Amino acid sequence: MLDLAFTPPAPKVIAGAREDWELVIGMEVHAQVASAAKLFSGAATRFGAEPNSNVSFVDAAMPGMLPVLNEYCIEQAVRTGLGLRATINLTSAFDRKNYFYPDLPQGYQISQLYHPLVGEGEVRVDLAPGVARMVRIERIHVEQDAGKSIHDMDPALSFVDLNRTGVALMEIVSRPDIRGPEEAAAYVTKLRQILRYLGTCDGNMQNGNLRADVNVSICRPGAYERFRETGDHGHLGTRCEIKNMNSMRFIQAAIEYEARRQIAIVEDGGKVVQETRLYDPTKGETRSMRSKEEAHDYRYFPCPDLLPLEIEQAWVDDIAATLPELPDAKKARFVEGYGVTEYDADVLTAEREAADFFEAVAAGRDGKAAANWVINELFGRLNKEALAITDSPVSAGQLGGLIDLIASGEISGKIAKDVFEILWSEGGDPARIVEDRGMRQVTDTGALEAAVDAVIAANPAQVEKARANPKLAGWFVGQVMKATGGKANPQAVNDIVAARLGL
Amino acid sequence: MSQIDPETARKVAKLARIAVPDADLPRLAQELSGILTFMEELNAVDVTGVEPMVSVSPMRLKRRADGVTDGGMQDKVLANAPDAREGFFTVPKVVE
Repeated sequence: MLDLAFTPPAPKVIAGAREDWELVIGMEVHAQVASAAKLFSGAATRFGAEPNSNVSFVDAAMPGMLPVLNEYCIEQAVRTGLGLRATINLTSAFDRKNYFYPDLPQGYQISQLYHPLVGEGEVRVDLAPGVARMVRIERIHVEQDAGKSIHDMDPALSFVDLNRTGVALMEIVSRPDIRGPEEAAAYVTKLRQILRYLGTCDGNMQNGNLRADVNVSICRPGAYERFRETGDHGHLGTRCEIKNMNSMRFIQAAIEYEARRQIAIVEDGGKVVQETRLYDPTKGETRSMRSKEEAHDYRYFPCPDLLPLEIEQAWVDDIAATLPELPDAKKARFVEGYGVTEYDADVLTAEREAADFFEAVAAGRDGKAAANWVINELFGRLNKEALAITDSPVSAGQLGGLIDLIASGEISGKIAKDVFEILWSEGGDPARIVEDRGMRQVTDTGALEAAVDAVIAANPAQVEKARANPKLAGWFVGQVMKATGGKANPQAVNDIVAARLGL
Repeated sequence: MSQIDPETARKVAKLARIAVPDADLPRLAQELSGILTFMEELNAVDVTGVEPMVSVSPMRLKRRADGVTDGGMQDKVLANAPDAREGFFTVPKVVE
């Protein structure tokens, strides 16, 4: 696999009242496995169903019901692990994490504490062209999601919907390698991109299908490097965990707030207390979840309903053989193969469908021209109209045909934009449109010369000015373009104007 | 020897949502200690190099295919609920 070279960014430094501080961030990202049925039952995972309709007796924890593992969920988690260049553990096991909450009818969540399915991996987090942070993944384990409690439907009651209960999640745990709020958001963005490439999670943050717990601590400059050398967490500050965030913007704001809160405590001579906090987006603050502190004794033990999960290396190899080209490799290939900038390659590879579209346009054509048209015209227009690439009214074939017409000199770039408009709103074949509507560029020297001569003859005063100041020749080019309805070849007109004026 | 004091017994009971009157805590603590002490006799066995046995018969963990085969029975799921409204279980407000 081809990867672009990079250097790591400098960590974010926040100036306190007394001294400078750095941030150390680790994340636990919960990604809902893209599957039709739940992890241990045959109930559907479909979002937005009637409350408690995607619920089997297993999910509702009726007495005597036993979990049966959905093998596809494991396949998806293995695929994710392979996509994050992680080790796959052929033997893993399920444990019970015990706590009481109305949306967890079992009284425990089936998770994998002691023997996770996926071990150490890594994610390259791009921050700017040539600048990236390699974030180490500690583990990925498979677990059940809880249900949903709604607190605002009645002043005295909470409403519980178990549709989500038992849906498979992958908890992707990073090492504390993230060094600032922007890096944290970029890390989640990159994870989401990889998951979507792999098809293992749809990445829909609004529906809660991808959400993050963020561990934040602060340290003095230099302390983090000592931690990395020695592995001793004593060099780092006490961390606080901000739970359950499903927006890139909130993740950044919460980390920023939390770091400043901790700095203020430490600079005042106080101590940061290790605790779980919630981010309140309306106030822009984090606050302690003290109510849950005492309950945080999960009494994990191996789940007696489930044997250890044994998978075979051959099965893992089969999954590995079906992995798509992943964002890092695709981006590097675009830079090398199509000559596009790293920045453009980033934009083009953000979504797999968009990258495929670009490749269809660029096939056999100039890569840079294709990138320009796809990014500036097509993506720009799609964004404006809030359309996905898959809904584009202009196909890759049409856009490619348009680029061919520019390359062959049949139309100017300016006319091409008009043709693009027609393709967008009316559709059709670009060559046909140019032909039928007389949009072909005039390159016939005789006709152009006549047009230039006419403009010169009609504007003797401008001719005098232009001879004194050659920069004004552009005015004549403009007039000729106007007279020809934009169809004149601007370069040819330029040359003729210069010759006629003797510049 | 593991010793469970009455305070630990109170905590364990609370985590398991079992109501235990204060007066019963010392006796409960003593019983739990007795159970742990009994179990600790197993520590006398040297299990170095022995794979933990998870099942008496060599079985592979059962798996299912990813198909929707269950659900769509809101009424049955809610049938035993002490209170349910508009398709939801309803419980005394849980304030976060």
